Amino acid sequence: MNLLEVQNLRVHFPIRRGVFSRAREAVKAVEDVSFHLEPGETVGLVGESGCGKTTVARAIVRLAPVTAGRILYEGRDIQELRGAALRAWRRQVQMIFQDPYGSLDPRMTVGQTVGEGLAIHRLVRRGPERRARVETLLEEVGLDASHADRYPHELSGGQRQRVGLARALAVEPRLLVCDEPISALDVSIQAQIVNLLQDLQQRHGLAYLFIAHDLAVVEHLSRRILVMYLGRLVEAGDARAVCRAPRHPYTQALLSAVPVVDPDHKRARLILPGDLPSPIHPPPGCPFHPRCPVAEARCRVEVPRLREVAPGHHAACHLAAAEAAPLARGAGG
Amino acid sequence: MYSAVWGWRELCACGALVLRCTGPGSRVWPDGCLRGMVRAAQAVNLLEIHHLQIGFRRDGGPPVRVVDGVSLALAAGETLALVGESGCGKSLTALSIARLLPSPPAEMLGGQIRLEGRDVGALSPAELRQIRGGVVSYVFQEPGASLNPVMRVGAQIRETLRRHRPEAATAAEVIRWLQVVGIPAPERRARSFPHELSGGMQQRVAIALAVAPRPKLLVADEPTTALDVTIQAQIIELLRDLRRELGMSILLITHNLGLVGDLADRVAVMYAGQVVEAAPTRELLQRPVHPYTRALLNSVPVPGRRQERLPAIPGMVPPPGAWPGGCRFHPRCPLRQPECETTAPELVELPGGRQARCLLARDLFAGEA
Repeated sequence: MNLLEVQNLRVHFPIRRGVFSRAREAVKAVEDVSFHLEPGETVGLVGESGCGKTTVARAIVRLAPVTAGRILYEGRDIQELRGAALRAWRRQVQMIFQDPYGSLDPRMTVGQTVGEGLAIHRLVRRGPERRARVETLLEEVGLDASHADRYPHELSGGQRQRVGLARALAVEPRLLVCDEPISALDVSIQAQIVNLLQDLQQRHGLAYLFIAHDLAVVEHLSRRILVMYLGRLVEAGDARAVCRAPRHPYTQALLSAVPVVDPDHKRARLILPGDLPSPIHPPPGCPFHPRCPVAEARCRVEVPRLREVAPGHHAACHLAAAEAAPLARGAGG
Repeated sequence: MYSAVWGWRELCACGALVLRCTGPGSRVWPDGCLRGMVRAAQAVNLLEIHHLQIGFRRDGGPPVRVVDGVSLALAAGETLALVGESGCGKSLTALSIARLLPSPPAEMLGGQIRLEGRDVGALSPAELRQIRGGVVSYVFQEPGASLNPVMRVGAQIRETLRRHRPEAATAAEVIRWLQVVGIPAPERRARSFPHELSGGMQQRVAIALAVAPRPKLLVADEPTTALDVTIQAQIIELLRDLRRELGMSILLITHNLGLVGDLADRVAVMYAGQVVEAAPTRELLQRPVHPYTRALLNSVPVPGRRQERLPAIPGMVPPPGAWPGGCRFHPRCPLRQPECETTAPELVELPGGRQARCLLARDLFAGEA
């Protein structure tokens, strides 16, 4: 059975202008997103800011309201969980946030932060036992046991992110939702955290939903990759296939925009014109058509559905051919 | 270049002959008087930083050194990338070029900065105002922070023009600059407030603001870090176009080695307040010498290359005031020798205009280590 199954998820945030007026418009943050996650696997979710990737993450941990669709955890709809079942589920799913400064309480010591989950779920009794467990957790994420008595402001960004990981691991979850966990860190620290995430996954059999805007890191970590644009999934498939033979022009542009250090790396540079459109008034038809280098007349009226273009490889583009011919090479140089 | 015109015997206020360039390249070579040009020609480089040392003083104690002996040179029209992680001193070096560091607490403890041959440290407040924007201007990471939130975008550009090129402070010129930086519907956008624009558009306006006075040097301090990947590519493309059209030099400050290949002629890598390696871009990226540069390049995943594990650099960047003795990278260095803990390495000159601050630099360059 799938660990997590997201079915036709839709999240809209109504906009109210004034106190008494009724919501006439809505930010369509997530539109009709479906995917699944198996136990112990990593799925990468890629997209630019405002594409809805963080909202998907927040909906999965019940931090964002679900407008339509279902989120099934081990086959049970998480919207319907109540009482003890809800508490048990909360232990299973934990989240790592992007900002290691904002996601830790500045007035709690590291030990209190990591131990809070142990107390809430009554896993370890207060006192030396809990202290020992906290220290084991800190050592597991590569920190010193003495860090338990420090406050977040005494730690570097990388160390804080390790504390966030220890806090999540404390309740022995099965699914970690990682929302841009490394993008606020220094380059030399990013690789440390990526390696740590892989070690922890192997040791505990964790499943990751790994959200990032950096395709290179996502490819390195993930078995499958989902690409989002303006609230919709535009491409989904095996990490290698998505990165080596992307079928959607947006994924192709995203890949060509990844800065590569090799000066001899000849890339078909594909620079997209314009900005992301507003999620309040998304363009009709394909949401990507105003920036797409190969858009046709029908792209402006008909919303493309996610369809299988190769075994296990889906793309939402009218023009995505069955073979991996690059659609947009001609636009580059 | 200037030959065609200097028969006209126009005199400058200083008494020297004025030279005007009319041929090809007139956008690059400015008009000027003979004396000023000789002065500029004597200072071979547009920017020269010699052994810059910056410290921060807190509570009357001794200053904590944050930049320690940085030397850089930048020729006219050249692009230099200054690469390093947070706290390495790259931004402070860049800010000190126009004396933008608040003093106190910042203090220049030693060294010299020469811009067009003039000692920046000796300039009067009036001369500084002319230099800031007129000769060197800045683009920062957060475009929202460098724009005035209560002033229309067009008015901000016009204000800058009025200050540095009063003859060009017209509405038409404002719109032309918005066009140059690729803003669609510039007539309408000139009347927008910054909050009405997206992050990428704000950065374009900030760039227009920086280049409208036609500075000789543009300092771009992490200009794309706050932007999305596809917008990042647009801004790098824009900087490249502007450099070609305006003939200006660019000092690009970044933590992302992936960006330098797209833009820079040369790269200087900083670590813990010092330049640890400097080389032409291609050589640096293909044959890095310093162990830190090598580790930095290795720790970034490359699309399409499958690795089981990323070669991470152990430990963390030492903050200023806690720099280790000997070589500052030695606690994290995979090639550490016993003498690295005690001997602070000098910047070693290597063939091909390269430098590296490592005791093993020559061996590493020759490929023996």
